[in-house]
Amino acid sequence: MIDREILLEKMKTSPYKPMRGKIIETKMLTDKEKFFRIELEGKINLAHEPGQFVMVSIFGYAEAPISICSSPTDKGFFDLTVRNVGTLTNAMHKLDKGDTIGIRGPFGRGFPIDNMFGYDLVIVAGGLGIVPLRSLIRYVMSQRNDFGYVQILLGCKTPKDFLFWQETNEWMKRAEIKSNCTVDMADPDWKGNVGLITTLIPGVDINPARTYAVVVGPPIMYKFVIKELLKKTIPDHQIIVSLERRMRCGLGKCGHCQIEGKYVCQSGPVFTYHELRDFKGECHEKTS
Amino acid sequence: MKYAIIQKEGLSKWLEHLKSRARLYAPRKKENSFVFRPVRDISEVCLEYIPTILPPKKYYFPQKEKLLKFSVRPFKTAKAIDVFEEYILFGVHTCDIAGIQCMDVVFRDSPEDPNYLNRKDKMTIIGIECLNYCDKFANCASMGNHNPRGGYDLMLTDLGKSFIIHINSEKGEGLVTGLGYIREAKESEVSLLEQIREEKKKVFKEELGDALPVVYDAFDRGFNSKVWQNVGKRCVACGNCTAVCPTCYCFDVVDEMELSLNEGIRYRIWNYCQMDDFAKVAGGEDFRHGRDGRQKHRYYRKFKYSVDKYNRYFCTGCGRCTRTCMAQINLVDTVNALLNEGITYRTKRHKL
Repeated sequence: MIDREILLEKMKTSPYKPMRGKIIETKMLTDKEKFFRIELEGKINLAHEPGQFVMVSIFGYAEAPISICSSPTDKGFFDLTVRNVGTLTNAMHKLDKGDTIGIRGPFGRGFPIDNMFGYDLVIVAGGLGIVPLRSLIRYVMSQRNDFGYVQILLGCKTPKDFLFWQETNEWMKRAEIKSNCTVDMADPDWKGNVGLITTLIPGVDINPARTYAVVVGPPIMYKFVIKELLKKTIPDHQIIVSLERRMRCGLGKCGHCQIEGKYVCQSGPVFTYHELRDFKGECHEKTS
Repeated sequence: MKYAIIQKEGLSKWLEHLKSRARLYAPRKKENSFVFRPVRDISEVCLEYIPTILPPKKYYFPQKEKLLKFSVRPFKTAKAIDVFEEYILFGVHTCDIAGIQCMDVVFRDSPEDPNYLNRKDKMTIIGIECLNYCDKFANCASMGNHNPRGGYDLMLTDLGKSFIIHINSEKGEGLVTGLGYIREAKESEVSLLEQIREEKKKVFKEELGDALPVVYDAFDRGFNSKVWQNVGKRCVACGNCTAVCPTCYCFDVVDEMELSLNEGIRYRIWNYCQMDDFAKVAGGEDFRHGRDGRQKHRYYRKFKYSVDKYNRYFCTGCGRCTRTCMAQINLVDTVNALLNEGITYRTKRHKL
């Protein structure tokens, strides 16, 4: 039972009220993806965990859940990268430096960085998966000593679709970090690998007991990638994924993001394969 | 005072009194059904009714509710509702009171929902006990909601010529004291109430084929059951079952702009897991495809997920989903079909 006084105090403030966020930088990364750097009122830090998300408000267009793609070690601002694919994201693409958006959050459970300390990392990013993973990669880069051998595998449909290409080159320069790239459909200038991201996994050097694999990508990718990782005998609870769902509140109420008894906005979006395995069927997407 | 008595002749006087104290909502007839409505004319109040079309949730979790006011330029937000008014829900069945308790659990769960809590804070519940089944669709006895189990301020039980009122809160006591036509109950009247409860046992029998823990197990095992395909084939995805459910609370958030296109209001509106875009994301992936999957989800939210998350069954047994279904999907039949599958399964395993 909650103390009535505390309850009354909580009833005065609304978790539905967004904070004011000022856009201080934007950049088109591809034809469809736009990068936003956002400063909160009073330059306060969002204080998120890598892998968490915010609810972005544009008045007149309601809200949508968007992954945070900067690290909590980036102070005074945070980054979002948005694909123009729905009503709100379309409206968001029309905004630029100096415009204001509403922010609620951060919400959800991020990547288990505390558990990952000292471990090797295999980071697998398919398509837009690099967006939430950038928060983790940037965190790992700034706390490089806390982690072991780090490998990053990237996959995209075509070379044009790679996000954060310059940044990726910087990550590559660091000796400990390997970045392999692959494309489904190459163009003539492409010198890298061609094929699905799963084809990269057999070639990576993994010490399974000491490795966390972090996988984010389109829903269809997970089962194939996880299968390959399991072949490498990485334990179930050391395979980490992040799930995308429709969300309306971020508070574990509106019901849209539910997978069986779990609300993804609260228990996720990050899950271990160990947790995922017990879901009976609602994890599997069907594209209409 | 724990129990009070009001003669039936005194009821309309009491209703007038309640009406003067706060906004009063009570059931009344509407064509062949019943609805909760604000009371204007006392004579319209009808206490012998089958569950109303919509449960009283429309008053504490409105179909369209203001969350906040906003302006685009300058970027500003403000409270949308300044004052929540006091109100009395009169003549609520015990199944609907159970529904309110379920909603309490959800919206009190951290992070708390201030809109709901503010409304709940202003609510007074005066219940009425059912002595007979409303109709053949209810399964309140299986859910244990046919008898009053708290969650109200006052509870009325029909003693023939009078009502005995169980006083369950200070707020409730304030509504019955100091009135000439309501007096404290005598011991004989309280024992009459006990007698009535005893009689009720002969009327109300568990409607589901087995006890709730067995039902839970059947759900635990029945995720891939053919029962869901069968239900899915018949379902027309109208969403009625979720709209009328006293424990369905899913919602959508929408913005509505003023003509100025600068100011507007953010609303939350009821949303239903039976709609085909309910779990669809902007990229086009649909995470709960098909009517079978969506109906299954609704049932699991009543008999399994809510038990896992809140340790509580979210079916109150009011029977509304069955009553309203255009495809005659019957909750009791569906659960029993699942239970029967369990029996086959158990026997088969036994033979092995």
